[in-house]
Order: sequence, then structure tokens, then C-alpha cells
Amino acid sequence: MDRTPHAYTPHDVARRETSEQLRARIPGWGADLDRADRPQFPELSLREDLTGARWEFPERQPGGESRERSIEHAFVTPVFGTAQPRRGLSGAIRKHAYAKYSEARAAHWLMLIAADRVEATGAHLMSIVRLHPDNPITETGITSELTRSGLSSRFGRKRSDTNHQWMDPVLVAGPFVAAAVVGAKALARARRTD
Amino acid sequence: MRAMVYRGPYKVRVENKEIPRIEHPNDAVVRVTMGAICGSDLHLYHGMMPDTRIGHTFGHEFIGVVHEVGSSVQNLAVGDRVMVPFNIFCGSCWYCARGLYSNCHNVNANATAVGAIYGYSHTCGGYDGGQSEFVRVPFADVGPTIIPDWMSDEDAVMLTDACPTGYFGAQLGDIAEGDSVVVFGAGPVGLFAAKSAWLMGAGRVVVIDHLEYRLEKAREFAHAETFNFTDYPDIVVEMKKQTDHLGFDVAIDAVGAEADGNLLMHVTSAKLKLQGGSPIALNWAIDSVRKGATVSVVGAYGPIFSAVKFGDALNKGLTIRGNQCPVKRQWPRLFEHVRNGHLKPSELVTHRFPLEHIAEGYHVFSAKLDGIIKPLVIPSAA
Repeated sequence: MDRTPHAYTPHDVARRETSEQLRARIPGWGADLDRADRPQFPELSLREDLTGARWEFPERQPGGESRERSIEHAFVTPVFGTAQPRRGLSGAIRKHAYAKYSEARAAHWLMLIAADRVEATGAHLMSIVRLHPDNPITETGITSELTRSGLSSRFGRKRSDTNHQWMDPVLVAGPFVAAAVVGAKALARARRTD
Repeated sequence: MRAMVYRGPYKVRVENKEIPRIEHPNDAVVRVTMGAICGSDLHLYHGMMPDTRIGHTFGHEFIGVVHEVGSSVQNLAVGDRVMVPFNIFCGSCWYCARGLYSNCHNVNANATAVGAIYGYSHTCGGYDGGQSEFVRVPFADVGPTIIPDWMSDEDAVMLTDACPTGYFGAQLGDIAEGDSVVVFGAGPVGLFAAKSAWLMGAGRVVVIDHLEYRLEKAREFAHAETFNFTDYPDIVVEMKKQTDHLGFDVAIDAVGAEADGNLLMHVTSAKLKLQGGSPIALNWAIDSVRKGATVSVVGAYGPIFSAVKFGDALNKGLTIRGNQCPVKRQWPRLFEHVRNGHLKPSELVTHRFPLEHIAEGYHVFSAKLDGIIKPLVIPSAA
């Protein structure tokens, strides 16, 4: 090594370009240079006049009585989302996760993840019963592999994520393949019984 | 109305849904004219976000036209062309009163650690999002803003999340004149963060990714030096060499949970959901900066714990700053930057998918096909 790197000496690393050079080369360089004039910066200062709110506490949205809430909240917030209310087994798991465990507990989140999988499985089954079955071709957008350069986007491009992408089709298509196999076996067994 | 709905990990479709109704006097219903898929939507799409319910409509980046207003709404009228920040916020709680709109305490009953976000699971409040023809917009007097006449739709939609979040990432870095800045991730947020670092006076801006076409965009759009981490046995060592073994003054993690990581990280986060995302980009950020540096985190992570190298952060005396971006707080300055030409947010738009083809949009974006950087979603009624 010809010289001692700056990290081991008292000296700053020399800048490659001066501010003047950067200002000439980069459009807008330094427009927000003044750190005291970055008014968007989230300092904890009270801003009484800027939000558009005309209330100190918002009027309450009706219907919050039975809604789940984090037990770290004092109450159901005055405004809340009403999309996809809890229902069924997944709803029961979610209700328990919210009622029993705070956000600090891993059990809270892992139960919610489990409820998501329970609901997804039930939804796939119900979609068949309701004659609007999930379509693994259209719902995964997999046909874009053919129309959007699936192969050339992936290979020979030093992408790191291709190391693990082989797992995705297995996980996505696996349940459909398993269901088809189980269905075929059941059908074959029924025919033998006849 | 037609709306994207979640059907389980890696599966979405478009269904008929009821048009949202006014549920609170300060609600509005907005007819969506343009939306977008965000990199963080992929966390939902991959099933990584707890309490993502079947039937949920994603989409927190959208603009539209006011279709209906509640009885107490004064600042908007039917027919107004509006842009809606991805945060839902009340404007009056302890946090909003201090400008921390993304941390609003009055809108997300499901969690206290995160505010409410359109179409981002029940963990973020249980509000359907804007990848649909209509969307309910709570606190219409507080969040949305009428789009200036001079602003294009595509610039406006990019200002509802991606651009302000990147700009906010640079702000959280507290960049001083001449600072060296390394940005992990060359997606839209990382590219905007790199560009914004120059606005704040950075002396050197480096962007790291593994997708060459995005690194090319980083060089062209953000005037950044670029490194493909797959070209190096250890990107952290390379970053030390690049800074005379000192490390960067500021690092910005614009990757978040979607990082691939090694097999163990990938399986425990993306597949088993036992981590709130693979933290490899954050760990690289922690290890690539000098001691006493600032690490800004705007890449989104889930609420479950992640294997972050906190010991290194402690021993190096780092300042770690992160938050969801309080979008509306960024707008006045960003509007100036767009108007005077310092920023052109729509330059990052690469794809426009009709709402009816949104499953294709998700797959192309998730698998990084076709040179995709930023996909927009266009409802059929737009």
C-alpha cells in the first residue's frame, strides 16, 4: 500500500468534486443545502394551523363497537376502515390475536399470519363451491412470462433473486397440483367402488 | 365498480364491488383516474404483511376526481381533480399536530405502531385502496390536495408516495454539504432518494442494486455512481475501499423487506414469514457507513422482528432514522422542485397497465421483467 488510508489518519477523505463543479453538473444541486430550511423535516414542533382540521378530536364514525382493535389503543379510533370485516375461522383467530396479544408480542403477528393462510385456503375452496374458481393462470399473471421477456429478463443478467425464484412456482402451483391429485385419486376410488 | 382484489399470496383478480359510501361526515369518495403499484404492494402480494384479508383492494398511490363528499367537507367539491397522499390522517391528534401525518393515532384501530395507509392490509387500518374505480378517502379536508393545473397526472400520481418517500429518505439522512451518500436499492424510491441527495448538497452519491437496467437509470436519472453487488464478493468491503476505508457519511435503505438475501434470510422472511422481511440491505447499510454516521430507512419492513445487526449499529454509534413518509408535509417543496425542473417524477414511469390486466402488472413488477421500474394502473372508467 502506497499510503495510509484516511480512516487511519486525522484527515478527511478528499472530495472528488467541489460544490461549484457539482452545481454545474447536477441540475438543482444544493437547492436544499440549508439544513435549517428543510421545513418538511419532522421536528416535534406543534403546527396548529397547517392541517386543515377544524376539530380537536374528530367526530366518531358509527359502527366501531364490534370492531377489532389493538389493545395498545385506548379505544377504537374515531375513524377506521370497514373493508373485509372478520368472519369464519380466520375471523375467530384474528379476534383472539387482537383481544389477547399486544403488538409487542410475536404471538399477535404469527396468529394473524396463520389466519391469513386459513382464510386463503378457505377462499380457494369456496371459490369452487360458488362456481367462480380461482384461476392460477390469470390470477398469477404468469402468461406475462411469455409476453414480457420472462427468460431474457432473468438469465445472463447477474440477478441475485433468480437463486430463489424457483421456489415461487412450487409454492403457488403446489396447492393446485395437490388438489388435482387428491381429486383424481378420489374420482378413481369412486369409480372402483362402482 | 371494478376493483383489484387479493386472492392469496401471488394471486389477484379484478371483481365487481360496491362503490364505497360516505361513512363519516368528513369522507369523500374519489373516482380514481390513475393509480400505481408500489414496491411495498409486493409485500402484500407475497403474503408478508400480517392481516391481509382475502378480497382486500390494494393501492395507496392514486389520483382522481371527487365523486361525492360528506356533510362536513369544506375544502373539496365534487368534480375537483385531486391527488391523495398514501397516508390517511386526521390532522388533529398529537402526531398530526406536529406534522407527523404518517403516525396519525386516530385512523388505525388495528395498530398503534403504524398509521393508516390506503389498501395496505388491516394492520394498516383496513381501508380498501385505489387500484379500483372508486375509493373512500377519509378526512377529505386534511389529506387530499387539488392538483395544480400545470402538473401532469403522471407527475401527480408519483407525488403521492414514491417521490416524496425518496426525498424524505434523503432528508432523514440529514445530509450536509459534501457528504458521501450510498443508496441501497435502485427502485423508484431509491432513485428519488439519490436524486434528492444532490438537492441537499451531497458530494458523492452511490447507488447499489443487482438489476443492471435500474443501475443504468440511476446513472442517467440520478447522476449517481453505481455498483452491482453481484460483481463483488462482498459489497461492504468494496464500499470501504471506495471511501478510503472510512465508510460513507450517510446510507439510505430504499429496499426494505423485499430484499432477497441468502437462502436462510429468504426462506425465513419471504417464505415462512418469520421475519418482517430480509434485512440484508439494512445490514449492508449499517456496515457500509463510517462510525457516527446516519442510516436512513425508508424501505418498508413488516411488523414482525427482523435479524438486524443492531450490535454493529450500537458499536459504530450510528443514528438510525426511519418512518413512513408524511407525504403532505413534503409537497410544498416538492411542487417547487417539479415546477422549476429539478425533479420530473414521471420520468421513472415505465409501464401502464389497464386495471383489468393488473395480475399481469403484479407479476411483471414482482419478477422484475421487461425493464420495469414503475408501473401505473389505469381504471377502465378513467
